[in-house]
Amino acid sequence: MPGIGGRMSTVIKAKISKMLDRAEDPGETLEYSYQKQMELLQNVKKGVADVVTSKKRLQLQQQKLEQQVVKLDTQARQALSQGREDLARTALERKQFAQTELQSLDQQVAELESQQAGLIEKEQKMRSKIEQFRTKKEVIKAQYSAAEAQVKISEAASGVGEEMADVGLAMQRALDKTENMRARANAMDELEAAGAFDDQLSLTAGQDEIDRELHQLTSQGAVDDDLARLKAELGQGAPPQQSLESGESLESGEQERKA
Amino acid sequence: MIVRISTESQYKLGDDASEELNDLDNQVVAAVDAGDEDRFHELFEQMLDLIRRAGQPLDEDELAESDVILPPPDTSFVEAAAEFTGEGLIPD
Repeated sequence: MPGIGGRMSTVIKAKISKMLDRAEDPGETLEYSYQKQMELLQNVKKGVADVVTSKKRLQLQQQKLEQQVVKLDTQARQALSQGREDLARTALERKQFAQTELQSLDQQVAELESQQAGLIEKEQKMRSKIEQFRTKKEVIKAQYSAAEAQVKISEAASGVGEEMADVGLAMQRALDKTENMRARANAMDELEAAGAFDDQLSLTAGQDEIDRELHQLTSQGAVDDDLARLKAELGQGAPPQQSLESGESLESGEQERKA
Repeated sequence: MIVRISTESQYKLGDDASEELNDLDNQVVAAVDAGDEDRFHELFEQMLDLIRRAGQPLDEDELAESDVILPPPDTSFVEAAAEFTGEGLIPD
């Protein structure tokens, strides 16, 4: 098969034979690949631990964000009941942003969970192949002449070598994905440290860099809807199905207080 | 023939399915060459689907070399394209 399957096969087979060529006689091939197999299993274990650590960290961020969403909603309500629509809007923008982040975190945690399950499954498969290889090794030694044994052993070694290459690839991909998510988690921590989810709404709305960024990032339509919902709940302004233009439909009393 | 879906499993595939796979494989290459990402994903999905549907999973205790090794199911278009420019999914 000359296509994508062929290309992949060629590359992997070249790698396996390079690995197996390091040993000169079949006995050594066996010992060498067995040692390699054990090393690889250890690495997979470490890989799984790495994925779990990253997942826990994301879950911690999820919890924090969930708390923020509740807090910001409460603050928006308080601000609105005191006629501070500007502050309410800021709080809702932050809430919107936090919710978007939450959704993406949910996806990432699910992704890591599937990576973790995949790696564990691969590890078990690898173990069973290694067991098979051990048994086969003894059988081959006992039953075949040296020349035949050499052929049989390289067959078995190629089979197990391919499995090893595959476990290695699965682990590499899982770790790359984990690494990307870790970078994102770091960025989130920095954002949080910079006050993106700050609950101190004493900041003047729209005045600092973060607010400007949040304003750009968040969906204004969603914020407007959320604001309208709160207003309706508090018995102010228009009902929620009617989207509000920023600040324009405020009652004059509120505008005076705001100004 | 024995086919491996990387990071997944090995399967035994009958002659008819093998031929179909070969045909899809050629189309995948054409899609990658044409820079058609959607078509690539569509065809690659079809390849994976065919193997999983028509193939018989290899026993856990079987130590066999694959005749064909496909890239992982989550291969991106960029990665697939790299397969043909010598970069490859697996660095040397």
